[in-house]
Amino acid sequence: MSQHSVEVILAKQLASHLTLPIFLVDPIGNLLYYNEPAEQLLGHRFEATGEMPVDDWATTFQPTDRDGRPLPASDLPLVVAVDKRVPAHRTMTIRGLDGVVRDIEVMAFPLEGEGARFLGAVAIFWETGPR
Amino acid sequence: MNVRLWGTRGSLPAAGPETVRYGGNTSCVEVRPDGGGLVVLDAGSGLRRLGDRVDVVDRIDILLTHLHLDHIMGLGFFAPLFRPEIEVHLWGPSSSISDLRARISRYLNPPLFPVRLPDLPSRVVLHDVPLHRFTLPGLEVTADLICHPAPSVGYRLTDATGTLTYLPDHEPALGCRVFPTTREWTSGSDLALEADVLLHDAQYTSEEYPARVGWGHSSVAHAVAFAELVGARRLVGFHHDPGRTDDALDRLWDLSTWQREPQLPVVPAHEGDTFTVSAA
Repeated sequence: MSQHSVEVILAKQLASHLTLPIFLVDPIGNLLYYNEPAEQLLGHRFEATGEMPVDDWATTFQPTDRDGRPLPASDLPLVVAVDKRVPAHRTMTIRGLDGVVRDIEVMAFPLEGEGARFLGAVAIFWETGPR
Repeated sequence: MNVRLWGTRGSLPAAGPETVRYGGNTSCVEVRPDGGGLVVLDAGSGLRRLGDRVDVVDRIDILLTHLHLDHIMGLGFFAPLFRPEIEVHLWGPSSSISDLRARISRYLNPPLFPVRLPDLPSRVVLHDVPLHRFTLPGLEVTADLICHPAPSVGYRLTDATGTLTYLPDHEPALGCRVFPTTREWTSGSDLALEADVLLHDAQYTSEEYPARVGWGHSSVAHAVAFAELVGARRLVGFHHDPGRTDDALDRLWDLSTWQREPQLPVVPAHEGDTFTVSAA
Protein backbone atom coordinates (compact mmCIF):
# COMPACT_ATOMS: atom_id res chain seq x y z
CA MET A 1 0.00 0.00 0.00
CA SER A 2 1.37 3.41 -0.89
CA GLN A 3 1.84 6.19 1.59
CA HIS A 4 -0.93 8.66 2.39
CA SER A 5 -0.27 12.31 1.65
CA VAL A 6 1.47 14.24 4.40
CA GLU A 7 -1.62 16.39 4.95
CA VAL A 8 -3.73 13.29 5.61
CA ILE A 9 -1.04 11.86 7.87
CA LEU A 10 -0.96 15.07 9.88
CA ALA A 11 -4.77 15.18 10.03
CA LYS A 12 -4.74 11.70 11.52
CA GLN A 13 -2.04 12.63 14.00
CA LEU A 14 -4.00 15.69 15.07
CA ALA A 15 -7.20 13.68 15.42
CA SER A 16 -5.43 11.07 17.50
CA HIS A 17 -4.53 13.75 20.05
CA LEU A 18 -7.95 15.46 20.27
CA THR A 19 -10.87 14.60 22.49
CA LEU A 20 -13.37 15.52 19.76
CA PRO A 21 -14.70 12.51 17.86
CA ILE A 22 -13.22 12.73 14.35
CA PHE A 23 -13.70 10.73 11.12
CA LEU A 24 -11.22 10.90 8.22
CA VAL A 25 -12.00 9.73 4.69
CA ASP A 26 -10.12 9.60 1.40
CA PRO A 27 -11.14 11.43 -1.83
CA ILE A 28 -13.79 8.85 -2.71
CA GLY A 29 -15.19 8.73 0.79
CA ASN A 30 -13.58 5.56 2.03
CA LEU A 31 -13.02 5.65 5.78
CA LEU A 32 -9.34 5.90 6.63
CA TYR A 33 -9.45 6.49 10.36
CA TYR A 34 -11.52 7.47 13.33
CA ASN A 35 -10.09 8.40 16.70
CA GLU A 36 -10.75 7.01 20.17
CA PRO A 37 -13.48 9.52 21.07
CA ALA A 38 -15.26 8.52 17.85
CA GLU A 39 -14.89 4.90 18.85
CA GLN A 40 -16.92 5.65 21.98
CA LEU A 41 -19.57 7.40 19.92
CA LEU A 42 -19.77 4.70 17.28
CA GLY A 43 -19.55 1.88 19.77
CA HIS A 44 -16.71 0.13 18.03
CA ARG A 45 -12.92 0.09 17.98
CA PHE A 46 -11.29 1.30 14.76
CA GLU A 47 -8.99 -1.69 14.89
CA ALA A 48 -12.07 -3.89 14.67
CA THR A 49 -13.62 -2.20 11.65
CA GLY A 50 -10.47 -0.97 9.89
CA GLU A 51 -10.71 1.05 6.73
CA MET A 52 -14.21 0.88 5.29
CA PRO A 53 -15.85 1.72 1.93
CA VAL A 54 -18.26 4.63 1.95
CA ASP A 55 -21.25 2.37 1.23
CA ASP A 56 -20.49 0.43 4.40
CA TRP A 57 -19.90 3.20 6.90
CA ALA A 58 -22.76 5.31 5.50
CA THR A 59 -25.23 2.58 6.48
CA THR A 60 -23.51 0.74 9.34
CA PHE A 61 -24.45 3.40 11.87
CA GLN A 62 -28.05 3.65 10.60
CA PRO A 63 -28.19 7.45 10.33
CA THR A 64 -31.65 8.99 10.53
CA ASP A 65 -33.04 12.46 10.89
CA ARG A 66 -34.56 13.54 14.20
CA ASP A 67 -37.89 12.06 13.11
CA GLY A 68 -36.39 8.67 12.46
CA ARG A 69 -36.40 8.85 8.68
CA PRO A 70 -33.33 7.12 7.22
CA LEU A 71 -30.81 9.50 5.72
CA PRO A 72 -29.44 8.61 2.31
CA ALA A 73 -25.66 8.67 2.04
CA SER A 74 -25.86 11.76 -0.15
CA ASP A 75 -27.32 13.72 2.80
CA LEU A 76 -24.49 12.91 5.18
CA PRO A 77 -22.18 15.89 5.77
CA LEU A 78 -19.07 13.85 5.13
CA VAL A 79 -20.41 12.65 1.79
CA VAL A 80 -21.41 16.21 0.89
CA ALA A 81 -17.89 17.40 1.77
CA VAL A 82 -16.43 14.74 -0.51
CA ASP A 83 -18.88 15.02 -3.39
CA LYS A 84 -19.35 18.80 -3.48
CA ARG A 85 -16.08 19.78 -1.78
CA VAL A 86 -17.81 22.23 0.52
CA PRO A 87 -18.27 22.28 4.30
CA ALA A 88 -21.49 20.74 5.52
CA HIS A 89 -23.35 20.43 8.81
CA ARG A 90 -26.46 18.70 10.10
CA THR A 91 -28.04 17.07 13.11
CA MET A 92 -28.86 13.39 12.96
CA THR A 93 -29.33 10.27 14.98
CA ILE A 94 -27.14 7.20 14.76
CA ARG A 95 -27.19 3.76 16.27
CA GLY A 96 -23.71 2.74 17.36
CA LEU A 97 -22.47 -0.78 16.92
CA ASP A 98 -22.99 -1.12 20.66
CA GLY A 99 -26.72 -0.67 20.00
CA VAL A 100 -26.95 2.75 21.68
CA VAL A 101 -28.96 5.39 19.80
CA ARG A 102 -27.38 8.85 19.99
CA ASP A 103 -28.34 12.30 18.77
CA ILE A 104 -25.33 13.98 17.22
CA GLU A 105 -24.28 17.00 15.26
CA VAL A 106 -21.81 16.55 12.44
CA MET A 107 -19.62 19.14 10.80
CA ALA A 108 -17.55 18.06 7.80
CA PHE A 109 -15.05 19.89 5.64
CA PRO A 110 -12.99 18.94 2.61
CA LEU A 111 -9.21 18.59 2.78
CA GLU A 112 -7.38 20.37 0.01
CA GLY A 113 -3.59 20.36 -0.12
CA GLU A 114 -0.93 22.38 -1.92
CA GLY A 115 -1.50 22.47 -5.66
CA ALA A 116 -5.27 22.21 -5.20
CA ARG A 117 -5.01 18.49 -4.57
CA PHE A 118 -8.23 17.09 -3.17
CA LEU A 119 -7.23 14.70 -0.41
CA GLY A 120 -10.47 13.68 1.29
CA ALA A 121 -12.55 15.09 4.12
CA VAL A 122 -12.79 15.29 7.88
CA ALA A 123 -15.92 15.10 10.01
CA ILE A 124 -16.22 16.26 13.61
CA PHE A 125 -19.01 14.78 15.69
CA TRP A 126 -20.70 16.28 18.70
CA GLU A 127 -23.00 14.16 20.81
CA THR A 128 -26.05 16.13 21.87
CA GLY A 129 -27.42 13.28 23.94
CA PRO A 130 -28.30 9.60 24.05
CA ARG A 131 -31.92 8.73 23.31
CA MET B 1 25.28 8.44 -9.78
CA ASN B 2 28.08 10.16 -7.95
CA VAL B 3 27.41 12.37 -4.95
CA ARG B 4 29.46 14.95 -3.09
CA LEU B 5 28.39 16.65 0.12
CA TRP B 6 29.17 20.38 0.16
CA GLY B 7 27.17 21.22 3.24
CA THR B 8 25.82 18.93 5.95
CA ARG B 9 25.01 21.36 8.77
CA GLY B 10 21.47 22.28 9.73
CA SER B 11 19.83 25.59 10.54
CA LEU B 12 22.91 27.85 10.53
CA PRO B 13 26.49 27.71 9.24
CA ALA B 14 28.83 26.64 12.00
CA ALA B 15 32.33 27.76 11.10
CA GLY B 16 35.18 27.29 13.52
CA PRO B 17 37.96 25.00 14.59
CA GLU B 18 35.50 22.81 16.49
CA THR B 19 33.56 21.87 13.32
CA VAL B 20 36.25 21.26 10.70
CA ARG B 21 35.83 17.49 10.44
CA TYR B 22 32.06 17.33 9.94
CA GLY B 23 31.93 20.73 8.29
CA GLY B 24 30.12 23.94 8.98
CA ASN B 25 28.30 24.69 5.73
CA THR B 26 24.56 24.24 5.44
CA SER B 27 22.73 21.84 3.14
CA CYS B 28 24.12 21.39 -0.35
CA VAL B 29 24.65 18.15 -2.26
CA GLU B 30 26.14 17.73 -5.72
CA VAL B 31 24.69 14.91 -7.80
CA ARG B 32 26.26 13.72 -11.03
CA PRO B 33 23.90 11.27 -12.75
CA ASP B 34 25.35 8.32 -14.59
CA GLY B 35 24.18 9.78 -17.90
CA GLY B 36 25.74 13.20 -17.32
CA GLY B 37 24.32 16.45 -16.04
CA LEU B 38 24.66 18.36 -12.80
CA VAL B 39 21.93 18.42 -10.19
CA VAL B 40 22.30 20.25 -6.88
CA LEU B 41 20.18 19.47 -3.86
CA ASP B 42 19.55 22.62 -1.86
CA ALA B 43 21.40 25.90 -1.95
CA GLY B 44 22.78 26.26 1.55
CA SER B 45 26.10 27.93 2.25
CA GLY B 46 27.92 24.92 0.80
CA LEU B 47 26.75 26.04 -2.64
CA ARG B 48 29.40 28.75 -2.82
CA ARG B 49 32.32 26.32 -2.86
CA LEU B 50 30.56 24.06 -5.33
CA GLY B 51 29.98 27.04 -7.62
CA ASP B 52 33.67 27.83 -7.67
CA ARG B 53 34.39 24.36 -8.99
CA VAL B 54 31.71 23.93 -11.63
CA ASP B 55 33.30 22.84 -14.88
CA VAL B 56 31.99 23.50 -18.36
CA VAL B 57 28.27 22.90 -18.27
CA ASP B 58 25.41 24.59 -20.05
CA ARG B 59 22.70 23.61 -17.59
CA ILE B 60 22.45 23.18 -13.84
CA ASP B 61 19.34 22.04 -11.99
CA ILE B 62 19.02 23.12 -8.35
CA LEU B 63 16.33 21.28 -6.41
CA LEU B 64 15.26 23.15 -3.30
CA THR B 65 13.49 21.22 -0.57
CA HIS B 66 12.09 24.38 0.99
CA LEU B 67 12.92 28.02 1.45
CA HIS B 68 14.19 28.21 5.01
CA LEU B 69 17.26 30.40 4.94
CA ASP B 70 19.80 27.65 5.57
CA HIS B 71 18.67 26.00 2.32
CA ILE B 72 18.84 29.06 0.06
CA MET B 73 21.50 31.33 1.58
CA GLY B 74 24.14 30.17 -0.91
CA LEU B 75 22.16 31.16 -4.00
CA GLY B 76 23.44 34.70 -4.24
CA PHE B 77 27.02 33.47 -4.01
CA PHE B 78 26.75 30.73 -6.64
CA ALA B 79 29.22 31.74 -9.36
CA PRO B 80 27.34 30.04 -12.25
CA LEU B 81 24.44 32.43 -11.68
CA PHE B 82 26.78 35.17 -12.89
CA ARG B 83 27.81 33.31 -16.06
CA PRO B 84 25.55 34.20 -19.00
CA GLU B 85 26.32 31.01 -20.90
CA ILE B 86 24.74 28.84 -18.18
CA GLU B 87 21.07 28.02 -17.80
CA VAL B 88 20.17 27.50 -14.15
CA HIS B 89 16.90 25.77 -13.41
CA LEU B 90 15.62 26.36 -9.90
CA TRP B 91 13.01 23.94 -8.65
CA GLY B 92 11.19 24.35 -5.35
CA PRO B 93 7.83 24.29 -3.64
CA SER B 94 5.25 26.98 -4.15
CA SER B 95 2.88 27.87 -1.34
CA SER B 96 -0.88 28.00 -1.47
CA ILE B 97 -0.73 31.71 -2.32
CA SER B 98 2.69 32.33 -3.94
CA ASP B 99 4.70 30.69 -6.68
CA LEU B 100 8.39 29.92 -6.33
CA ARG B 101 9.44 33.13 -8.08
CA ALA B 102 7.52 35.30 -5.65
CA ARG B 103 8.75 33.37 -2.66
CA ILE B 104 12.42 33.27 -3.58
CA SER B 105 12.40 36.90 -4.68
CA ARG B 106 11.87 37.86 -1.07
CA TYR B 107 15.46 36.77 -0.46
CA LEU B 108 17.10 37.76 -3.77
CA ASN B 109 16.01 41.33 -3.36
CA PRO B 110 17.14 44.39 -1.36
CA PRO B 111 17.51 44.85 1.53
CA LEU B 112 18.34 41.18 2.14
CA PHE B 113 20.51 40.85 -0.99
CA PRO B 114 21.81 43.53 -3.36
CA VAL B 115 21.18 41.71 -6.66
CA ARG B 116 17.64 41.05 -7.76
CA LEU B 117 16.69 37.78 -9.40
CA PRO B 118 15.94 39.37 -12.83
CA ASP B 119 19.34 41.06 -12.80
CA LEU B 120 21.37 37.86 -12.61
CA PRO B 121 23.44 37.36 -15.81
CA SER B 122 22.69 33.66 -16.20
CA ARG B 123 19.47 32.39 -17.69
CA VAL B 124 17.43 31.48 -14.61
CA VAL B 125 14.35 29.34 -15.09
CA LEU B 126 12.09 28.84 -12.09
CA HIS B 127 9.82 25.86 -11.66
CA ASP B 128 7.16 25.25 -9.04
CA VAL B 129 8.24 21.70 -8.37
CA PRO B 130 5.57 19.20 -9.45
CA LEU B 131 4.48 16.84 -6.70
CA HIS B 132 5.00 13.76 -8.82
CA ARG B 133 7.58 12.12 -11.02
CA PHE B 134 9.45 14.19 -13.61
CA THR B 135 12.67 13.89 -15.54
CA LEU B 136 15.89 15.86 -15.64
CA PRO B 137 18.88 15.15 -17.84
CA GLY B 138 20.07 11.71 -16.76
CA LEU B 139 17.65 11.43 -13.85
CA GLU B 140 14.14 10.48 -12.89
CA VAL B 141 13.00 12.68 -10.01
CA THR B 142 10.05 12.32 -7.67
CA ALA B 143 9.11 15.14 -5.30
CA ASP B 144 6.52 14.98 -2.57
CA LEU B 145 5.52 17.06 0.42
CA ILE B 146 6.98 15.86 3.70
CA CYS B 147 6.51 16.71 7.34
CA HIS B 148 8.39 19.95 8.03
CA PRO B 149 7.02 23.44 8.77
CA ALA B 150 5.95 25.41 5.66
CA PRO B 151 5.73 23.76 2.24
CA SER B 152 8.66 21.37 2.15
CA VAL B 153 9.43 18.54 -0.22
CA GLY B 154 11.78 15.61 -0.31
CA TYR B 155 13.35 14.16 -3.42
CA ARG B 156 13.90 10.70 -4.80
CA LEU B 157 16.49 10.59 -7.60
CA THR B 158 16.96 7.53 -9.75
CA ASP B 159 19.38 6.94 -12.60
CA ALA B 160 20.51 3.79 -14.34
CA THR B 161 22.66 2.77 -11.39
CA GLY B 162 20.69 3.47 -8.24
CA THR B 163 18.35 5.57 -6.12
CA LEU B 164 19.19 8.41 -3.75
CA THR B 165 16.54 9.84 -1.41
CA TYR B 166 17.10 13.27 0.11
CA LEU B 167 15.09 14.27 3.19
CA PRO B 168 17.33 16.78 4.96
CA ASP B 169 14.61 18.39 7.08
CA HIS B 170 12.02 15.85 8.10
CA GLU B 171 10.06 14.99 11.22
CA PRO B 172 8.17 11.80 10.46
CA ALA B 173 7.69 11.13 14.17
CA LEU B 174 5.60 14.27 14.68
CA GLY B 175 2.46 13.40 16.60
CA CYS B 176 3.21 9.68 16.75
CA ARG B 177 2.61 8.07 20.12
CA VAL B 178 4.97 5.32 19.02
CA PHE B 179 7.48 5.66 16.19
CA PRO B 180 7.76 4.10 13.74
CA THR B 181 4.19 3.36 12.83
CA THR B 182 3.10 1.68 9.58
CA ARG B 183 4.73 2.74 6.35
CA GLU B 184 1.54 4.06 4.73
CA TRP B 185 1.04 6.44 7.68
CA THR B 186 4.64 7.68 7.67
CA SER B 187 5.67 10.89 5.92
CA GLY B 188 8.35 10.43 3.28
CA SER B 189 8.10 6.67 3.14
CA ASP B 190 7.22 6.41 -0.54
CA LEU B 191 10.15 8.64 -1.44
CA ALA B 192 12.56 6.60 0.62
CA LEU B 193 11.25 3.13 -0.09
CA GLU B 194 14.23 0.78 -0.58
CA ALA B 195 16.51 3.66 -1.51
CA ASP B 196 20.13 2.68 -2.04
CA VAL B 197 21.23 5.74 -0.10
CA LEU B 198 19.03 7.77 2.23
CA LEU B 199 20.27 11.20 3.24
CA HIS B 200 18.08 11.99 6.23
CA ASP B 201 17.71 14.58 8.95
CA ALA B 202 19.36 13.43 12.18
CA GLN B 203 19.73 16.70 14.01
CA TYR B 204 18.89 15.79 17.58
CA THR B 205 19.71 13.35 20.29
CA SER B 206 16.83 11.34 21.72
CA GLU B 207 17.10 13.45 24.86
CA GLU B 208 16.83 16.74 22.93
CA TYR B 209 13.89 15.77 20.72
CA PRO B 210 11.02 16.04 23.26
CA ALA B 211 11.77 19.74 23.78
CA ARG B 212 11.82 20.33 20.01
CA VAL B 213 8.71 18.51 18.81
CA GLY B 214 7.21 20.32 15.85
CA TRP B 215 10.42 22.04 14.82
CA GLY B 216 10.56 19.74 11.79
CA HIS B 217 13.58 17.58 12.57
CA SER B 218 14.46 14.09 13.67
CA SER B 219 16.57 12.49 16.31
CA VAL B 220 19.24 10.06 15.20
CA ALA B 221 17.11 7.24 16.61
CA HIS B 222 14.12 8.38 14.55
CA ALA B 223 16.26 8.58 11.42
CA VAL B 224 17.46 5.01 11.93
CA ALA B 225 13.93 3.77 12.66
CA PHE B 226 12.64 5.52 9.54
CA ALA B 227 15.43 4.03 7.39
CA GLU B 228 14.65 0.57 8.70
CA LEU B 229 10.91 1.03 8.14
CA VAL B 230 11.37 1.91 4.47
CA GLY B 231 14.02 -0.72 3.82
CA ALA B 232 16.75 1.75 2.85
CA ARG B 233 20.10 0.12 2.14
CA ARG B 234 22.31 2.80 3.66
CA LEU B 235 21.58 5.79 5.89
CA VAL B 236 23.65 8.94 5.91
CA GLY B 237 22.72 11.14 8.88
CA PHE B 238 22.44 14.76 7.76
CA HIS B 239 21.59 18.28 8.98
CA HIS B 240 23.81 18.26 12.04
CA ASP B 241 22.84 20.68 14.78
CA PRO B 242 24.91 23.88 14.47
CA GLY B 243 25.80 23.69 18.15
CA ARG B 244 27.26 20.21 17.88
CA THR B 245 31.08 20.11 17.80
CA ASP B 246 33.10 17.46 16.02
CA ASP B 247 33.77 15.69 19.32
CA ALA B 248 30.10 15.79 20.23
CA LEU B 249 29.17 14.35 16.83
CA ASP B 250 31.77 11.62 17.28
CA ARG B 251 30.10 10.65 20.54
CA LEU B 252 26.59 10.86 19.07
CA TRP B 253 27.49 8.61 16.13
CA ASP B 254 29.58 6.10 18.06
CA LEU B 255 27.59 2.98 17.23
CA SER B 256 29.28 1.06 20.02
CA THR B 257 27.30 3.12 22.51
CA TRP B 258 23.94 2.49 20.85
CA GLN B 259 21.42 0.23 22.51
CA ARG B 260 21.06 -1.96 19.44
CA GLU B 261 22.76 -2.42 16.11
CA PRO B 262 20.89 -0.86 13.16
CA GLN B 263 19.62 -3.18 10.45
CA LEU B 264 21.51 -1.23 7.78
CA PRO B 265 24.82 0.61 7.47
CA VAL B 266 24.55 3.98 9.21
CA VAL B 267 27.07 6.80 8.97
CA PRO B 268 27.05 10.52 9.71
CA ALA B 269 27.55 12.94 6.83
CA HIS B 270 30.85 14.80 6.62
CA GLU B 271 31.28 17.83 4.40
CA GLY B 272 33.41 16.73 1.48
CA ASP B 273 32.25 13.11 1.54
CA THR B 274 31.89 11.54 -1.87
CA PHE B 275 30.14 8.31 -2.69
CA THR B 276 28.60 6.41 -5.54
CA VAL B 277 24.94 5.48 -5.35
CA SER B 278 24.56 2.02 -6.75
CA ALA B 279 21.97 -0.72 -6.42
CA ALA B 280 24.79 -3.28 -6.52
